[in-house]
Amino acid sequence: MKGLTFTLRAEPEERLDLLALTPDRLDGMSVAEIARLRIGTSRKPASVGDLFKIAGKDASRIVFDGGSAHFDGIGAGMSSGMVYVAGDAGAQAGRKMRGGAIVIEGRCGTHAGSCMAGGRLEIRGNSGDCLGGPLAGEMLGMAGGVLVVRGRAGDYAGDRMRRGVIAILKGCGDYAGSRMIAGSVAVRGKVGAMPGYLMKRGSLLFDRRPEALSPTFIDCGRTDIAFSGLFDRYLIEDGILDKPLLGRRPGKYGGDTAVLGKGEILFRMGG
Amino acid sequence: MQELIRNGIGIDDTFAEAFGMRATAIIITGPTLKWARQAAITMTGYATSVIGCGCEAAIDVDLPPSQTPDGRPGCRVMLFAVSTDELQRQLKNRVGQCVLTSPGSACFAAMEGGTPLNLGAALRYFGDGWQISKKFGGRHYWRIPVMDGEFLCEATTGMTKEAVGGGNLLLLAANAEKALLAAERAVAAIGKIPGTIMPFPGGVVRSGSKIGAKYKGMTASTNEAFAPTLSGVVKSALGPDINAVLEIVIDGETSEAVSAAMRAGLKAVIDLGPKRGALRISAGNYGGKLGKFHYHLKDLLP
Repeated sequence: MKGLTFTLRAEPEERLDLLALTPDRLDGMSVAEIARLRIGTSRKPASVGDLFKIAGKDASRIVFDGGSAHFDGIGAGMSSGMVYVAGDAGAQAGRKMRGGAIVIEGRCGTHAGSCMAGGRLEIRGNSGDCLGGPLAGEMLGMAGGVLVVRGRAGDYAGDRMRRGVIAILKGCGDYAGSRMIAGSVAVRGKVGAMPGYLMKRGSLLFDRRPEALSPTFIDCGRTDIAFSGLFDRYLIEDGILDKPLLGRRPGKYGGDTAVLGKGEILFRMGG
Repeated sequence: MQELIRNGIGIDDTFAEAFGMRATAIIITGPTLKWARQAAITMTGYATSVIGCGCEAAIDVDLPPSQTPDGRPGCRVMLFAVSTDELQRQLKNRVGQCVLTSPGSACFAAMEGGTPLNLGAALRYFGDGWQISKKFGGRHYWRIPVMDGEFLCEATTGMTKEAVGGGNLLLLAANAEKALLAAERAVAAIGKIPGTIMPFPGGVVRSGSKIGAKYKGMTASTNEAFAPTLSGVVKSALGPDINAVLEIVIDGETSEAVSAAMRAGLKAVIDLGPKRGALRISAGNYGGKLGKFHYHLKDLLP
């Protein structure tokens, strides 16, 4: 059975809330019912049928043929199935997802993977700020699952994260892993200022020594630990990286000692 | 009883009697194979028989770096016990005292399914609050800071109730030297069978036992029927040409693994021939009433 395909007719003029178009929520609905769903957010909100040509039946595999920076909440809350976006996405892609997989071919707005608890979100382009992070007022960020950004991530990647893995392949902005509670954020490429700002626990894993570090991170020397080999192998076997990130003997900073101080920044060292 | 001859060696028409057991397995890695094996050997010391040691344990197989979770050399260790509780107790104590303490070691699950047995989940408290929990790739690990870096340990490992303990071969020879050579060949051959261990020293037992004794409180005592120095004065199982007997005891993850191991051991001893090795091969049993698993030698011959 062919996956349920939404082909974008024209660039939407309003922001869309695509919360309703997940495998879980569309399961068992007819094309006519789906076409009537309201997804616009303006005073005269558009319905699915206004904006998309709908084809296919299998709601466990949803394809957006064409994307837009106005597509908010793609795959939000989903727990199974697969969503593929052949284009860009807006804010909060995969927010609170618990299972299944989302692949976004293009760029993503802010709060991608916000508070996700399981499943896998892969963004092939760049992502905005607060990757995996909570919305204003929420206390906990990402709680599980795998979030891969093949491009660059903005500021505050992994904010308040407490479990799971974030992997960013082309560097990230400032305050990566800010206020982390636990979990792992791996970054290949240049990392902005103040990584690990106010992190309590958790791991930031870099392929180079971070440049602008808070003075509350303390040098813990060069480690000789089996974990780096185990994690490098995981990243390669999972298809996230093709070469080891950390190497056998990464350097370590401990922090953020401004708070609990049980977090770590492990980074690859030459030689 | 002696009916079959292979390469000049008599094969008794008898069977090995073995018992259902609980088993678990872990992978121990280290900076070098030497140190991974050292941790494994220390951990499996004093683990020859459940009668006195609580469990039976040994190295199953050495693993190259490409086959270990952390890409370092290692080995797979198996533990067998009579109950899940005892298996858990032995695993925790042995890993805690012998693997955690060994330089550069790390420890991973090497069995899936069954009741999860605590590994790092029990030892993490050694970290005194500095232990780090890591979950990725569907697995859970604990990292415990120690003096040479970190002890990396998976949280749990699996166990099986399908394991079999007590597969055996008795090698009867003209003298102790020949019995030992036959036993060494059998151990080398069985060592290549995955999922099996030989828990006794170097895989060999010289003190085969019978159940009970004339003394109260002794649950097992020497099997005088197989003691050559008594062959004239007791009802002996040995002929006049036999002056030494050694036994190989095999524990396996499955019954199939035990029969494969016995088959490999038989072939190795038969290939060695009667001039240099054993004159006769037999197997130990208790009349077939105690153990669920019977391995008839005639079914396992090459």
